[in-house]
Amino acid sequence: MSTILECNDLTKKFGSKTAVSAVNLKIERGQIVGLLGPNGSGKSTIIKLANELLTPTSGNILIGGKKPGTETKKIVSYLPEKTYLNDWMRVHQIIELFSDFYDDFKPEKAYDMLKTLNINPDDRLKTMSKGTKEKVQLILVMSREAELYLLDEPIGGVDPAARDYILQTILRNYNENATVIISTHLISDIENILDYVVFINQGQVVLTSSVDNIRDEKGKSVDALFREVFKC
Amino acid sequence: MPWELKSDRPIYTQLIEQIELMIFSGVYPLGSKLPSVRDMAQEAAVNPNTMQKALVKLEEDGLIITHRTSGRSITEDARMVEMAKTKLAQEQISEFLEKMQLMGFEQKEILTIIDNMVKGMKK
Repeated sequence: MSTILECNDLTKKFGSKTAVSAVNLKIERGQIVGLLGPNGSGKSTIIKLANELLTPTSGNILIGGKKPGTETKKIVSYLPEKTYLNDWMRVHQIIELFSDFYDDFKPEKAYDMLKTLNINPDDRLKTMSKGTKEKVQLILVMSREAELYLLDEPIGGVDPAARDYILQTILRNYNENATVIISTHLISDIENILDYVVFINQGQVVLTSSVDNIRDEKGKSVDALFREVFKC
Repeated sequence: MPWELKSDRPIYTQLIEQIELMIFSGVYPLGSKLPSVRDMAQEAAVNPNTMQKALVKLEEDGLIITHRTSGRSITEDARMVEMAKTKLAQEQISEFLEKMQLMGFEQKEILTIIDNMVKGMKK
């Protein structure tokens, strides 16, 4: 297995506030990884650093050995926490946009998933509920055949049934060599599909382990361990 | 059969147990072909790597055979399945016996209770 994402003493400060503090992390290919931490722990900041939306204050982050930039964006499919799509656009227009933009985008995959979720490709984003918009976004992101998927809170705004479908979508669409990193605090919903978890608190990595290891050694679920580690 | 996974034990061991049960109960008959790892993982809503791990263990135990080109199938060796079945029964019974001992029952009393219940079930 080779490393797809690597952080070396990665630090990000906003003024006097340190959001990410000297993080060292290696994520191997072919896994589904949970980036777990309470609100404000630095999850989104790390994901934004991986997408060059932010630049490190010190240290570095590497994707397949390269610094984030045009080359890495070809292999990274990113689901941001907030939508960046124009809401006057119709879904099929956005699909055309994505096809133009990304070589690895598979429109037939997207249309297929839209159909399953009863979303009309002629609808405008503006007319959709928050949950439906989120589904459209995730469909777009998962319709790429990327090497790394970075999903920032993919299940936050959708109902439990759609949540199951989204998890299935993730499972169905990622191939064995791809890596999926999911940031969330809804742990019990996703822990069955994770290989590996990274716990983050106050900008620092506090624990990395495989899910089965946690269950084996501690005899409890990742969710239960999280509640223990981050007890308020 | 729906997959039921508890959250406090490793997922792959639970997958192993459930697949074993499906073999014993004939959901997957001897010699039948198994769905792909990906399909099975999706059905159980688990990570394909975890399903893979479970299948590899079942292969080591001889319940599942991997063909190089055509996926996996259940063993045709009925003895193999019988042995695994007996082993599972022994595990369950010894767990039960331990509990009964904790409750303070003697072996003879346990046997009498079982005997009476079996007779009751027949009627």
